[in-house]
Amino acid sequence: MRTGLIARKEGMSRYFTPEGQHIPVTILKVEKLQVTAVRTMEKDGYVAVQLGAGTPKIKNVNKAQRESFAKAKVAPKSKLMEFRVDPKNVLEVGAELSVEHFIPGQFVDVQGASLGKGFAGGMKRWNFAGHRASHGNSITHRSLGSTGNRQDPGRVFKNKKMPGHLGVETVTTQNLKIVAVDAEDGLILVQGSVPGFKGAWIAITDAMKKPLPKEVPMPAGLKKAAADKQEQKAEAAPAVAEEGKAE
Amino acid sequence: MDTIAKFEAKQLKAMASKKQIPVFSAGDTLKVNVRITEGDRTRVQAYEGICISRTGNGINESFTVRKISYGEGVERVFPLHSPVIESIDLVRRGSVRRAKLYYMRKRSGKSARIAERTTGHGMEDGREVAESAGE
Repeated sequence: MRTGLIARKEGMSRYFTPEGQHIPVTILKVEKLQVTAVRTMEKDGYVAVQLGAGTPKIKNVNKAQRESFAKAKVAPKSKLMEFRVDPKNVLEVGAELSVEHFIPGQFVDVQGASLGKGFAGGMKRWNFAGHRASHGNSITHRSLGSTGNRQDPGRVFKNKKMPGHLGVETVTTQNLKIVAVDAEDGLILVQGSVPGFKGAWIAITDAMKKPLPKEVPMPAGLKKAAADKQEQKAEAAPAVAEEGKAE
Repeated sequence: MDTIAKFEAKQLKAMASKKQIPVFSAGDTLKVNVRITEGDRTRVQAYEGICISRTGNGINESFTVRKISYGEGVERVFPLHSPVIESIDLVRRGSVRRAKLYYMRKRSGKSARIAERTTGHGMEDGREVAESAGE
């Protein structure tokens, strides 16, 4: 298991392929994404990398966080996430990740918080049918209807679907195809839509339910490794991975 | 510039070098050369008709071309920057007073004619003058 990436959802656009198809794509931006901490089996009981992205206002970083960023020797980050990785795919603290972590054609899972809908009724929240518009109906058009029985059981069952807060929950969209990556601007183009609003933080990981292509950089697509790759174009993928590790 | 605008501008720039899009508007007669792939070979087919609408902007711009094919009205919407379009030829400029010529759908025969435009934007004394292409 490789690490994922933290990205910002920038919005949707279209992408023309040379064959003339146009693909609806969501543009995800990766910027200043660095490893801020590593979780080890000995110390934490599990293996993971903590990534940080974004540049916060310094007044919004509290003292405890400032200490931890100082320890990692990275600039303060506004969003931190942990990704579980295999022990062989652990990265060094401070390593900067590139969008070339993913390759075009690969499938990914994208996780984010869905759009907030506020306090929503039964029709919007649970797809209830509602009531009739006419035929003597009075006032109840979008209400719930019955919520239970009579004296037996004499109560409303737990987990009864009722109005309440809708949205802003973690949603994972699986098996989205990577259309292209733009290392220059740090963009990842994903086919289709992605949960969340424009500007939302999004986690992208390799698709859980699809085989991982062999060409993907191991243990991760690092900025330094990508630069080395351009210098020595004939380099094979495993060699690049080794360079990444050696950093 | 926000990321989306930047991304679209970059894509447009990459495509702009490949083909020239003439300056045209609704009412103009166009010949659109469309690349068609049949099996493993591609050929170019011309689709000629009147442009009745241009909509959208930037990379999302598209235009509608209407023609009468075997007595039946046919409309085709092309994304302006689609790689499927080999080239666009401006056959004739039309003089119209509207941006969208949807009224053409109800017209046929004599009333469906559009007069040729000899003045106005991009023209001088009945001749074309060089106009900087929009995009």
